[in-house]
Amino acid sequence: MQTTWAYISNYCVYSAMAVFALSFIAHAFETAFAVRTPESSVSTEGNLLVKTLDYKRTEKTARIATALMILGFLLLLAGVIARGISAEHVPWGNMYEFSITGALAFTGAYLIALRKYDLRWLGLFISISALLTLGTAITLLYRDSAPLVPALQSTWLVIHVIAAIISGGVFLLANVVAGAYLYLERVEERGARPAWLQRVPSLEVLDQLSYRLVAFVFPLWTFSVIAGAIWAESAWGRYWGWDPKETWAFITWVAYAAYLHARVTVGWRGRRAAWLCIFAGSTFLFNYVYVNVWGTGKHTYSGL
Amino acid sequence: MTEQRELPELGFVALSRYAWRQLTSMRTALILLMLMGVAAIPGSLIPQRPINPMAVRDFFSSNPELARWYDRASLFEVYASPWFSAIYILLFISLIGCVLPRTVEHYKAMLAKPPATPKNLARLAHYQDFDSSPLALERAGIWFTKNRFRVRVEENSLSAEKGYLRETGNLLFHLSLILVLVGVSFGSLFGMNGYAIVNVGERFINVPTTYDSLSFGKLKTDNSLQPFQINVDKFDAKYDPRTSAPLDYTAWVTVVYEGKTSKKVVKVNKPLTFGSTRVYLQANGYSPVVTVRDNSKNVVLQGPVPLLPQDGNLRSIGAIKVPDADPSIGFVVSFVPTNARTTSQGAISIYPELLDPKLLFSIWQGDLGLDSGVPTSVYKIDTEKLTQIGLGSVKPGDTFNYSSGSITLETVIPWVNLQVVQDPGKSYALIGAILAIAGLLTSLYGRRRRIWIRVTDSGVEVAGLAKNSAPGLEVEVNKFVSFVKGGQ
Ligand code: HEM
Repeated sequence: MQTTWAYISNYCVYSAMAVFALSFIAHAFETAFAVRTPESSVSTEGNLLVKTLDYKRTEKTARIATALMILGFLLLLAGVIARGISAEHVPWGNMYEFSITGALAFTGAYLIALRKYDLRWLGLFISISALLTLGTAITLLYRDSAPLVPALQSTWLVIHVIAAIISGGVFLLANVVAGAYLYLERVEERGARPAWLQRVPSLEVLDQLSYRLVAFVFPLWTFSVIAGAIWAESAWGRYWGWDPKETWAFITWVAYAAYLHARVTVGWRGRRAAWLCIFAGSTFLFNYVYVNVWGTGKHTYSGL
Repeated sequence: MTEQRELPELGFVALSRYAWRQLTSMRTALILLMLMGVAAIPGSLIPQRPINPMAVRDFFSSNPELARWYDRASLFEVYASPWFSAIYILLFISLIGCVLPRTVEHYKAMLAKPPATPKNLARLAHYQDFDSSPLALERAGIWFTKNRFRVRVEENSLSAEKGYLRETGNLLFHLSLILVLVGVSFGSLFGMNGYAIVNVGERFINVPTTYDSLSFGKLKTDNSLQPFQINVDKFDAKYDPRTSAPLDYTAWVTVVYEGKTSKKVVKVNKPLTFGSTRVYLQANGYSPVVTVRDNSKNVVLQGPVPLLPQDGNLRSIGAIKVPDADPSIGFVVSFVPTNARTTSQGAISIYPELLDPKLLFSIWQGDLGLDSGVPTSVYKIDTEKLTQIGLGSVKPGDTFNYSSGSITLETVIPWVNLQVVQDPGKSYALIGAILAIAGLLTSLYGRRRRIWIRVTDSGVEVAGLAKNSAPGLEVEVNKFVSFVKGGQ
């Protein structure tokens, strides 16, 4: 029975990968179409030449790409749930499980943000990231589903990890947006945006968006660190021990606190803020990759 | 008149005031905050003595020169180092210095009325004007009260403000950080932490001598420990038969505390609590129960000998020291709960439960060095001055004879490692953390904004201002206007 669920989970994850790959291709087509968007009309306004572009073709592809993204998300959700059923615990006992759940949170954050902002242009990046994360997970990190070691059997673990994974997904999304900001800023410095970038929101919107995302999840990340501390207190006898994982969680927290300060109180905007945001996000990634794989300490469980 | 301005005399007071202002400035606080993040990094890359003393020792033996330099810079104890402490103490002071005055200011501002309506509303954002309606100010007042704005009433205008909660939350957040820091420091200065290995069936009494290792906070002067006793009645470990990974550890104990005796269960995530002291189940292993006899069959040693596990299958090593034998005898032992023999590694254990236990040993004779006054580990025998007189192995019930006596393995019992922690500061840290989140949420989602309305001869003017360019004011002002015009 358990192995059946594990198989179901694996099939779901593989299918999600296939769908994300298709979504990536659709996004790529969308971008390609946008590069050579036909002009539907050209008019003059005063002495300005106003071109209206015809986005019908890209629009259709974009819809398909987003639909595929949603389908991939749902398949991945099913995969994560099936994994949980097969292991008889919440599906985050090892790095494989963290990775698939993290990809889920990342695509989920994107899809939620998509409801409010026109972020379809980001889909190209999101789909390939999800695909690569899942690919790495299934080829390098895969472990048979197994019960949790006693220290991990705690409600606080569930709370802590949910909060951490959601925060991570949103932090990374903020990073992508900040990266897009930096890229577009350079493009605009050289002149007007090419057609395929014209539908990307303005620099101000991107700047605000990455800030909003961080401000939105910073309390959640704070909560995640605290929930982790409460769990550590009951499992290891101390709530804070400067274990490498804890240290880097703290560094990430400090980096984002500095980012929020820089924005809210010092008034940093634009390029500097984007770089600070990317720096803070990299400390999160570093914690996940370096400390889990090469680090020592209590958070490094055997077999990843 | 000379152009020269008199330089302020930099007396002690002025200098300290200057230093204080610098220290409590926002920029300094930010720099200190970043610095603390950076300073935390080496501790995650270089092995730390309090966390991993073995790795530090390895580092010393492989890189002695570098290690000496690292040690001088406290790089093996980053989080207790003078420079790390300096950063967080300065941050602490800076935080207090900038948050307390702001709290006072904010308190005054909350009692005061919103500032007067600006003269020229038309220049402000969200400006609207419309034809006068007779009840405009009354209706505006009703709307402001209903939406809990604080209002300043002027002759022909209202100035309303809302969202002080944002600053309140912000201050609460920063003040809570101070509380967290207080809790952390309090715990490390006045707490204690110790470990004791207790064989199943034995009793742990909370006095310093029963500990295997024990450390006190710097300022914990009265070394009084909470008086309690724990008798470990039974211990059960479950493992996954496929992977040998542990599934569950449970210890059943009888506790004597404050004159009452009670039965309790301890698990990895479920410590025992005695006031501000908690007792955790941290590790487990095996104690072979052995009887050592001399050549005249007199018992020279009897009892359980705790051994230290070396791997996930609980292959354990240790020593049995028999100073009462004449001459003294020592056994360097290795124990496997489920025996398997490989050609390359000798005896290994293939499962952590006692399926096929076996005790292997080498026997040494001579001076064990127990009387020399130098503290020695109970798990190790320095064999340098000893002579080996035999090599053997026993299974439970077996007796092994050697030239000067015999050793019998009676049975094998588990031991548990209890960690005893007293942390009087942790509830402050927790309360601080909870308040910090509450403050953070109020502050990040709070929006401070003002709305003005003025009735003039030519009509009604409305304008709004959002601090920190918070979104959503446009919609709010529209709602306000439609209400003032007579809508709902
Ligand atoms: C030492 C002097 C400090 C001052 C004067 C200060 C002041 C401020 C101010 C004015 C804000 C903006 C509030 C607003 O949105 O209106 C803020 C936000 C913030 N501060 Fe500080 N802060 C200090 C230290 C710290 C420290 C040490 C931390 C944490 C490590 C911290 C973490 C934050 C965070 C996360 C925010 C953003 C959330 C919010 O807006 O409340 N601050 N701070």
